[in-house]
This record gives sequence, structure tokens and C-alpha cells, in this order.
Amino acid sequence: MNPFAYHRARDEQDATATAADDGTSFVAGATNLVDLMKLGVKTPGRLVDITRIEGLDRIERTDDGGLRIGTLVTNSDLAADPVVRRDYPVLSRAILAGASGQLRNKATTGGNLLQHPRCPYFQDLAMPCNMREPGSGCAAQGGPMRLHAILGTSAACIAAHPGDMGVAMGVLDAAVETARPGQEGRSLSLEELYRLPGERPDIRTVLEPGEMIRAVVLPPPPGGTHVYRKVRDRASYAFALVSTAVVLRLEDGYIQAGRIALGGVAPRPWRNPHAEEAMTGEPPSEALFDRVANILLAEAVDRSALGRDGAPGFKIDLARRTIRAALWQAVERSEGGAGKTAGEAA
Amino acid sequence: MNRHHKMDSADRQNRLDGMAQGLIGTDVPRPDGMAKATGTATYAAEERREGMLHGVLVRATVPGGRVADVDTDALAKALGDDVTVITDARLLQVPAQGTDGKAPPQGPDLVHYVGQPLALVVAPSFEVARHGARLLGIRYEGGEEGHFDPEDDATPTELRDKKTVDIGDLDAAMAKAAHSVDAVWRTPGHVSAAMEPHAAVAWWEGEHLTVRSALQMLKFNRDELADALGIPAENVRLLAPFVGGGFGSKLGISHEAVGAAIAARQLGRPVRVVLSRQQVFEAVMRRSETRQHLRLCADEEGRLTGIGHDCLVSNLPGQDFAEPVIQGSRFAYAAPNRHLSLRLARVNRTCAGSVRAPGEAVGLTALENAMDELAEAIGIDPVELRLRNVPEEDPTDGKPFSSMMMAEVLREGARRFDWQRRNPIPALRREGDPRREWLRGMGMSLLVRGNILDEAEARVRLLPAEDGAPVRAEVETDMTDIGTGSYAVLSQIAAEMLGLPMERVTTRLGDSALPPSPGSGGSWGAGSSGSSVYLACLELRTRLARALGCDEGELTLRDGQATGGNHSRPLAELLDGGTIEAVGHIEPGKTAKERRQATYGAQFAEVEVSRHTGEVRVRRMLGVFAAGRILNSRTARSQCLGGMTFGIGMALSEELEHDPRDGHLVNRDFAGYHIPVNADVPQLEVHLMEERDPWANPMQSKGIGELGICGAAAAITNAIHNATGARVRDYPATPDRVLAAMAVAN
Repeated sequence: MNPFAYHRARDEQDATATAADDGTSFVAGATNLVDLMKLGVKTPGRLVDITRIEGLDRIERTDDGGLRIGTLVTNSDLAADPVVRRDYPVLSRAILAGASGQLRNKATTGGNLLQHPRCPYFQDLAMPCNMREPGSGCAAQGGPMRLHAILGTSAACIAAHPGDMGVAMGVLDAAVETARPGQEGRSLSLEELYRLPGERPDIRTVLEPGEMIRAVVLPPPPGGTHVYRKVRDRASYAFALVSTAVVLRLEDGYIQAGRIALGGVAPRPWRNPHAEEAMTGEPPSEALFDRVANILLAEAVDRSALGRDGAPGFKIDLARRTIRAALWQAVERSEGGAGKTAGEAA
Repeated sequence: MNRHHKMDSADRQNRLDGMAQGLIGTDVPRPDGMAKATGTATYAAEERREGMLHGVLVRATVPGGRVADVDTDALAKALGDDVTVITDARLLQVPAQGTDGKAPPQGPDLVHYVGQPLALVVAPSFEVARHGARLLGIRYEGGEEGHFDPEDDATPTELRDKKTVDIGDLDAAMAKAAHSVDAVWRTPGHVSAAMEPHAAVAWWEGEHLTVRSALQMLKFNRDELADALGIPAENVRLLAPFVGGGFGSKLGISHEAVGAAIAARQLGRPVRVVLSRQQVFEAVMRRSETRQHLRLCADEEGRLTGIGHDCLVSNLPGQDFAEPVIQGSRFAYAAPNRHLSLRLARVNRTCAGSVRAPGEAVGLTALENAMDELAEAIGIDPVELRLRNVPEEDPTDGKPFSSMMMAEVLREGARRFDWQRRNPIPALRREGDPRREWLRGMGMSLLVRGNILDEAEARVRLLPAEDGAPVRAEVETDMTDIGTGSYAVLSQIAAEMLGLPMERVTTRLGDSALPPSPGSGGSWGAGSSGSSVYLACLELRTRLARALGCDEGELTLRDGQATGGNHSRPLAELLDGGTIEAVGHIEPGKTAKERRQATYGAQFAEVEVSRHTGEVRVRRMLGVFAAGRILNSRTARSQCLGGMTFGIGMALSEELEHDPRDGHLVNRDFAGYHIPVNADVPQLEVHLMEERDPWANPMQSKGIGELGICGAAAAITNAIHNATGARVRDYPATPDRVLAAMAVAN
């Protein structure tokens, strides 16, 4: 691989100051970055290892009753945390739907949010890719893509955010707390954190040089029924074709509040407030859930060309169906039904 | 003295049944199991030699044309003199096909597919070599035209007319049939997905080359490597004592061995070349995708009157291998009118070759889907339809069967699975409550696979007692153990024949200096090599009987004691401090031509399908298999479990995706190519039936390695139909395809 320097950061200040230089990357669990370095896709001149910084691996209550998750908390620890399991079960389920046990033991909270898309054209140096090499083109459009985005894309890029954890954090209104070199850190919602690709898909977030995620903050527990539904090409250890995180409060047959976020279909965890408002105060029905899906997918465009089948566009229909299935599942669980999911059943 | 036997007539002596040690057929564990579990069994990439250098292959990024220039400036500037670039004309364009025994096409200046290795970059460390490989500048000329889609009208194709079967008048039979099926199935390309990536370490001593590698067939591989290098075969020694899975991908000599040998010669030091997973995908053999047009017709009672199976497969221009899709259709069912054909499209995709059970794996799958559709059309049970069409002789060439358990496996499987509980009406059509998301269905399929015996030799030695320890035996052959259990099975045969406990037998494999075997492939390994071990032991028994003073037939050997003709003496005494050895040599003969030899299985699957998302989960699967004498029930069962798991992958998730613009393989790793994971594989049940096939070999055994995959996927897709009414004819049955088929069906 390309030669690179390695710096083990003492503290946040050291980390952010060192990482502000060009060609420097933070590294923690290294489950994604090092893979990309082996492929030659990422060639940082220096790695700043933040895993030895004290205090970033804790899960703490916030003053308002929410939860503050340190950036170095591993996926395994976060999914297994008793408070998370009780108060934010959609987060546990989403994490456990992703990767494998070994990977979750290494992968960290901040790193998971910043992981790169798994677009095979991004990973193949022989292929044009605007995310890897701005202006070179997007070969994924016209290829047999299954892991592509259908919302928030541009002519320059159709890569989807591949994570599961972020989708649950999105539905929970999580915010990231950052540290910056030479100035105060800031708080960003996930919608603020991620940029849509536009003409510069290589710039994936608004994070500045040297700016580091130090924690993810969850607001107080939303209550209600939590569902994470992930549809993929095998039962485990595959990225989502479509995933859906749902938090639904049903009382006396009426939806008091409903939230829904989509994964695997957009460059970031995808929410639409209009879709959620449409549910408020309504009784669950096929027509209602169709309306929710229609609002969420109104702007969807499928730019893949599935080679053999010549039938692009399965993803919009699959997203619609997954939304309905997840919402019904939440209704059934609220009513005390079994409503087992594929992931859990497997 | 050696013992040679040509299989010219049936052997009904069943000698193994008369042996006294009681090991044959039992679930003896692998003697190499502990070494493998503890990591002390080393694989090719783990070989370390003094002064060893590391080579990394450089891939073509275009699908055609020729290499006009290799620019090493950037590489030299970054890495200096430590790095050597090898563009030797002897580098391979593709690996050798199984049993070729000669070099495959060579010359890295002509490009035929994306991913073809064009150069080898050698450096003191793997990391530097890999970095260097990325810095190599390759300029191409020409190559704009190419063909990437086997079904495109412009793609050249050729009929493999020697394969065509045309008996009776299928068109007429279809026209007047009471019931018929006429549809097209497609299976995508597959890879072997062996856990161990291809690797080779080569070193020279004078004119003599030794290569430690991951190979399935050393006898052929040695000739292939020698031919590729232009040196005498006797100067080449291959070592492959442990191989981490093959499934066809290591049948022929490949890029890494040839590259390592050339580099080691040129640089005068040992050289190691290991393919990355991505390189294994794009530079080693794939199973061709298939397009299969099936026509079945039957009379009112469900007796087949015709079978049509016309297939399109693909390979690189110039390659002779064509996935033999119709192989199983030749004899699976009786039907007077038959039309089978195979057409080969020439495309610039990764070379196609043998991947686990070439032919039947995909051919039986589509045939068994068509049989399920026919059963539905007639309105009879799918098991019953198959039972009504058991052939009495090979329906294509009229040969009698050697031994044949088709009806038995079908009945036994149906009984064990409780098949009678299946409701023939798809669950979706019965199930009124649309809120019940998961629909259950059951499906089944017949499995067939031809049986092959190949020429093999093995040496067996009986060694005298040392320091009071009992007699022990050594077995030697160049046979490989690719995870299948060759060490266990060959030791077991020798232990049984010589009356020794397992731990007194040592088997040495995977060294081309040992007696030649046909290696591991085509499910022939245990039967062929095992027979040579059996024959060597028979010779040793004859000598022991003579020493004891009885006929070999009267001799009983058990726990190191020889008994016969009113005598009983320890083997140690009979050896009298000496060593005796014999080479057994088995050759196929008339029985291969006079009888249709085949193995049979029946698989049953129960699935659940989400009516909303089209996701499929296999809930249970059961297979019943008949493959002659089972030599080791543990390793045989493992082979069947592996085949069933392959079947789940083929049914639901495995698919090579090619870019339509340049044919390149898009999913080149295990994140993108979805082999089943634990969560995809439910409890699998395997039942092995008792059978002796006197025409197969002197042990009455048949190959079981590949049987489990041959049609397994169809049991699952047929179950999807029983759940949803959907016929998925485009494999694999991913959620989108299941949804599309459900939309068509309902």
C-alpha cells in the first residue's frame, strides 16, 4: 500500500490539530478505511489514531434524559447496552442487523456514521467514479447495481449510505457533537452532517479539516413501538437493498406519532417530515401507509441498469413494500401481536 | 509386486464387506482434523523460504486489444531497484482446464477479458509488490470491439453438435401431448468461492523446480506447468498437502504458479504469489451463466412423451469448455422423444470452466423446475410424477444402469420429510388474511450425477514393529485432500483391508513425486484413489496369506493379528522385521462403457416467503442420497451438506454480475457475491442409503462429492411456488425477482 505516517493522538486537541493537515484521516475501528487502503481507493498520507483518547468510549445520560454515546463506543457495546435496549430498541436492532459479530466488536460509533458507500465502482480503481476522482464520471449508472440510491442522488453519483446504525439514529433525531481544531465544536443533526452529492460526491459531509465526531447525542426516549426492517439479498451479512426504521405510538387505534427513516436508498438516512405528519392522528390502513410511502418516494429516481433483467426500478417498488411491511409490523406489535421480522426469525 | 486391475467386468465380491476391522463406512474422523483446527496444517501461502520474494499480478482494465507499452517509470521512481516487473511471454492468459495436462493459452500481450493478469511485480514484501503493481502504467491498443452479452444477437455462437441428442420427434410429441411445459430458465454465473485463495511458492534447485501450491490434480498440473515453462515434466515437483477448498477452481495450473516459477528462475530466489480475493474472482474459472429452454410433454397418466433441453452457455473465444448443461437430461427420465442441444456463445468475460458439478448443478435445477410445473399442469404429486418416469435403461443410448436407486431415494425422502403434509395449492391462494406476512411452502427435486472412475496408483507399505509398537502402514499417492476427507478415507480403506486401527495408518498425499492419481475432481477422487489403495492392500494381503500359509480369501486381519487356515499370528511376526510394499493400479475398463453409472438423490425443502418483500427463508431441508458403498459416513455427509448449502446459494443469492459495457465482473468479493451465511442455512438433514454398485469399482462405491448440488436449488424454488404461486425462472430468487414472479402469477 501507499506509505503513510501514523500518529497516535493523546487527546482531542492533539487529534484535531494533527488531522487538520491535507491527506490526513482519522482512524478508529479501521473496519472500512483500511479495506479501502488495501484496495488503493484511499491513500491517506497520515492516519491519526483516536482509539487511545480517554473518555470517548462511554455511554452517559444527558441532563434532559437523553443519551450521549462516545464516538469510540463499539457497535457491539452500543447494541448490548441495557438502556439502549430498553429505551431505544430500534438502535440495538439496527446495529445487530449490520455487519458481523467480529466487525461490530471493532467498529465504532463515529466511524460507522462516516463509513464509505459500498458501490463496487467506487471500489474498483479501473472504473470512473466521481466520489473517488471528481470529474471522472459515474460508471455505476449503467451497471448492474443493487446497492444504489434512489433518493437524493445526482447525475454525478448514485451511491447509498450503507449503514444501519445511522438509519436508527436518524429516526431517533440524533445529533453529532464535534470537536474542531482551534475552536469550539458544534452540534449537527444527521441531515446537517451529510451533504447530498450534487456535483461533488467526493465531499460527503460538512465536517471541516480536522473536525472530529466526539459523540452522538440522542434526545429523551421517544417511547412507542420500534421496528427495524432490513431487506437484503441474504439473511445476514449483506448491505440493505432497503431498510426502514420505524417508531410508532398507537393509542386507541390511532397513530399519535409516527416516525420513519429509510436506509439503503439515499446518500444519508432518509426522512421526510411530511410523510410523518400524514400519519399523525390517523388510524392505520393500507391507504394511509401507501400515502406515507408515496410521500417518501415521490422524488425517487432509479438510475441503475440491471444488466440481464433489463428491468431497472425494482428498488422503488421494494422500498414501498418495505415501508408498508415495517409500518404494519409496528402496528401489530403495538397491538401485542407477534409481527416477527425476517431478521429476527432467522 | 504390484496389483493391477482393469474394470472390465462387474465385481460382485463385495470384499470390503468381508473385512474384519469394522471401519469401512463408519464415521471415522479426519486424521488431519486436529492439525487443521489448530492451524498447524499449513497452506501454500503460509510456506516460508529463505530469501523469499513476493509477487503481485497486474490486471487488465480493458476487455480486449493488445498491450502496446508497459511503463515502469512511476514504479521505479517510487520504489527503486528492489522491484522487478515480469512480462514474460509464458505468463498465462487463463488457467488450464481440468485434466488438460498441457499449457493453456499464454502471452500477456493479448487481452481477452478485464482482470486478465498481464504482468507480475516482484518485491521484497507483499505490500511493496502490491504498491508497485498499482504504479505500473499499461497502455493498450485496439480492442474496441468485444462481445459481453451471451444473448445479444451480435454475439457469435456455435452449436456443440457432438452433444446434440435428437431422438424421435419432439415437436410432434409436444403438439399432441395431453400436458406440456415450454419455458425458458436462466442461471447466472457462479464462482467456486473456495476459502483459500490461489497461492504458489516456487523455488529452483539447479534445473529442478518445486512449487508449493493449491491444486486439485497434481499429475495433470505437473505436465501443465512444465509445458507452460518449456521444461521437462520430470524437473517439476508439486506439493499440495493441504488445500483449502477447490470446487473446480484449482483443477488446472493457474497464473500464480506459472508467475512464481518464472520469477523465481529469473531472480534466483524463492517467490510467493498469492491472488487477492478479487483476482480469484476475475482471473480464475467461473461457471458459465446458462439460458435453458425446456420442453416437457406427457400423456394423461403423467408419463413423459418428450424432453427438450436446448441451452446456451458462454466462454472466451478459443476455449473448448462448454458448461455441459444437458448431461443429466440424457438419462434422468424416460421419454421416447428427446431433443437436447448445447450452444456456446463467445464473450469477453472471465474464462468459464468447471465449478462444482459442471452440467448437472444447473441443468438438473431447471429440469426439476420444469418437472414441478408439469406435475402442476397434470394435477399429480411431484414425487409421483417422477416415480412414473423412472427409466429402465439409459433413455438416450439404451445402456443398462449399473445400479440405480432413483425410486428408493424419492420414496425414502418423501417419507422422512413427511411430504404428504404438503398442500398442492400455493399458500398465498389459500391464505385469506393478508396480514399474515410469511407464507409457507414445500418443494422437492430429483438429483442425478454421472459416476466416473479414472486411472490411479497408490503405494501401500507395511512396516515392522518398532520398540514393541504394533505394525503400521503407510499409504502414498499424489492424490489431494481439498477438504473432502481423502486422508481419512484412504487411511480407512488401508486400515480395513490390513486389519489395523486407524492410528496405525499414515497417509501421505499432495506430492507429485508419489504414485499418480487423477486427483480431486468430478467426484472421482475417493473411488479412483481408494481403489488403488484397495488393490495395493489386496496384494499385501496375498503376501501375508502366503506367509501365514493360507489363501488370501481365508485370511482375516484384525487389530494387527492375522488368522487363517488354522493359524493365527501377529502381523509383526509375519513381517519378521522386514517391510513389504505394493503399488495398486486401477484402470477404467469396459464397465464404464457398458453401463450407465450414476448417483441419485432427492431433496426436500420447506421455505417461508414474505408476501410483502419477497424475501425467502429456508426453514428446513432434507436430502436422501445413494452413491454406492459409502466409505466414510462422516465425510460423505459433509459433502452432501456442502452441496445442499451450495443449492441454497444457487437458489437464493449467488450471482456473478457483469457490466454490460465491458463484461467486467462487478461483484468480486464476498460482500458482493452472496454465498449463504449461517443465517441462510437451516437444519439440514442428510440420509445415506445402502447401495453396492458392482460396475463402478472394486469397492462398489460411487462418487458422492458433487451429488448434493445437482438440482438442490430446484427444491427451494419449487417450494417458493408452493408458498406463493410464483415461478421464479431467473436465478437467483432474490426479493425483487420473487416479487416480479408473484406479480405475474397472481
